[in-house]
Amino acid sequence: MAGLFTYDVLEVTLLSLYVSGCATILGSSIGIPLGALVGLKEFGGKGAVKTITYTMYGFPPVISGLVVYFLLSRSGLFGFLGLLFTPTAMIIAETLLVIPLTAGITITAVTEVDKSIKDTITAIGATPRQRVLTVMREAWVSLIMAAMIGFGRAIAEVGAAFMVGGNIAGETRVLTTAIMMETRAGHLGFALGLGVVLITVAGTVFVFLRYLQEKELL
Amino acid sequence: MTVAVELLSVSKTYDKVAAVRNVNLVAETGQVLGILGPSGAGKSTLLRLIDLLESPDKGNVILRGRKVSAGARDAHTIRKRIGMVLQKPVALNRSVSNNIAFSMNIRGWDEKDVARVVSQELKKLGLESLAKKNARTLSGGEMQRLSFSRATVYSPELLLLDEFAANLDPRNVALLEDMVRAYLAGGQERAVVLVTHNIFQAKRLCHRIALMWDGEIIEVADNKKFFESPDDERTAAFVNGDVVY
Repeated sequence: MAGLFTYDVLEVTLLSLYVSGCATILGSSIGIPLGALVGLKEFGGKGAVKTITYTMYGFPPVISGLVVYFLLSRSGLFGFLGLLFTPTAMIIAETLLVIPLTAGITITAVTEVDKSIKDTITAIGATPRQRVLTVMREAWVSLIMAAMIGFGRAIAEVGAAFMVGGNIAGETRVLTTAIMMETRAGHLGFALGLGVVLITVAGTVFVFLRYLQEKELL
Repeated sequence: MTVAVELLSVSKTYDKVAAVRNVNLVAETGQVLGILGPSGAGKSTLLRLIDLLESPDKGNVILRGRKVSAGARDAHTIRKRIGMVLQKPVALNRSVSNNIAFSMNIRGWDEKDVARVVSQELKKLGLESLAKKNARTLSGGEMQRLSFSRATVYSPELLLLDEFAANLDPRNVALLEDMVRAYLAGGQERAVVLVTHNIFQAKRLCHRIALMWDGEIIEVADNKKFFESPDDERTAAFVNGDVVY
């Protein structure tokens, strides 16, 4: 159980929450409005945009990590920022994974809001912006679900986090990369314990998001 | 009386099927214009064209002398002058009060004015005790009266009603019809266009009636003439209940 004494589990847990929380907030802030626009606007190539978005659900995390690695590496486009192997790099990589999920679920959610509701909102004289916001509010439960699924992907992610974070103790080590490291080192019991912490943390966040989902916006 | 809305040679086709064919129609202020016809005649499409929810393929919609278009950048500004109630009662997923307030809020009304008007409307609707309840818990009749209130609370100059009392009990139908009369009595410049296949309702509410058949207007007449001595034999058959629809 050497792992217990080489790094602070609480610090790792908090960093996990910070990275996946930021990725969820950023990914939802980009993905949900984008999905609402795609779902509610009529434009040429809309079907193709939806297909690409849904296909991106299966976007491999290592590819996201690889893309961010290339961009942030010393010779990359944004290498001068010195972000590689920092929590910021991990947030960027995980945000890229969250966006398609939140966007795709939002597209479906706003599309499925009853046509009579959309017609009523339009007929009453709502501006295009008011219309989008009102339909989004009607789809509130599904939008929270989008954020929940986005968070689920971010907190469980290991490939991209490892590639662009590097699993540096006290710097970029998160629960998933720590579990991977401890398993490789043969500390299976400790890895399992970290797994329980991970599930507990994720579960707590899900309970909070479920509370939001159940809350009626009167 | 002045012209509230005018349709000039309006046509609309969906997937090569003509829903509205070369329709010319005028709705005047101070009146309820009824559009009667069997299901699938194009009545609802006509209403959607007037409310700028659809664009005609041919022809023009003229509102108070001005040509208007669903595709125009200011279409939502034009719609702010129109109220519309659909057949299906629509409640936004919020409280009864906030459903009424919605149409005023999107117009940027002052909060105090909104609260005052909402309070008056709740009293009129008899829904004061349900003000804080989610509107989706209301009965069909209550929800439709709420829809009517939301569509008229900002005093639109034109009210469009699409089978607005279909599938409701006689008490709620009577209440809604009274609301139409009260709306019309609220200002000389107001006009109503009512789409229905209920000839009895048309007889009770409408000043002038048009019969729509297979996308075309085949007869327009005042209430008395329409029901007692129509020119077109299809109108006579429809009025006498000889048309299955």
